[in-house]
Amino acid sequence: MSMKATIRQVDSVMVIDVSGRITLGEGCAQLRELIRDQLSKGHKQILLNLADVTYIDSSGIGELVSAFTAVSNQGGQLKLLKLTKKVHDLLQITKLYTVFDIHDDEAKAIASFQQA
Amino acid sequence: MTSEPSVVEVTLESDLKNLEVAEEIVRRVAGTAGFGEESEHQIEMAVHETMINAIWHGNKNDASKRVWLRFEIHKDRLEIRIRDQGVGFNLADVPDPCSGDNLLKVSGRGIFLIRTFMDEFHVKHLPGSGTEVTLVKRIDPAHQVKKGGTDREHESHNSTS
Repeated sequence: MSMKATIRQVDSVMVIDVSGRITLGEGCAQLRELIRDQLSKGHKQILLNLADVTYIDSSGIGELVSAFTAVSNQGGQLKLLKLTKKVHDLLQITKLYTVFDIHDDEAKAIASFQQA
Repeated sequence: MTSEPSVVEVTLESDLKNLEVAEEIVRRVAGTAGFGEESEHQIEMAVHETMINAIWHGNKNDASKRVWLRFEIHKDRLEIRIRDQGVGFNLADVPDPCSGDNLLKVSGRGIFLIRTFMDEFHVKHLPGSGTEVTLVKRIDPAHQVKKGGTDREHESHNSTS
């Protein structure tokens, strides 16, 4: 199953619901293009909902880092929502868990952007 | 007397599309060996990352080349060998992706994950014929999942897709 994503706006935040595989090749390229597209439209508050991500590899983790850096460099914020256990474990192993702002509750995640 | 390991051998075209084929084989082999879900996922990721190195870095994404996989289920361990047709790499050149300077780098986490998830990780250069990576995951009898009480079967496949 390849990666799929739907985008919805909640207040000033673009919520990207990602499902499937974020792996080297198509999945990573799609995510990169999505983030680039949002930034080009001036949307700098992005919440990546990873609840339905079935598989992520080292390239996918790298793509999350790339997205985080790209948004931060434009003065925006990228946060993560609803990590699966597999993604959670990978971010902990790679010591990236403290780099990202990670939430389990969407309403609280949206509110955290508005407080920023 | 030492019992013979169960063996599965597969030869795949050097194409990223075959990653999911390899993952499916890994899940079956790991399940047969009796690993639980978490260990199974770790082995699957280690093979996925090794396959990417073999296809992308070793064989330079050249679909005319091959990646050869051999799984051996021993009583106490699963041993996986993955061979490509590339010139190999030096493990000493692989930086620590968790160190401060590297933490936000986009790439460089594959080998780290393989080392984290497997009990042993070896790289052997085969002059003139490629690079062979050996991955070993020990089977902990306390966590082994019994598969319907049947003995493991001896399998030997050799296919090219």
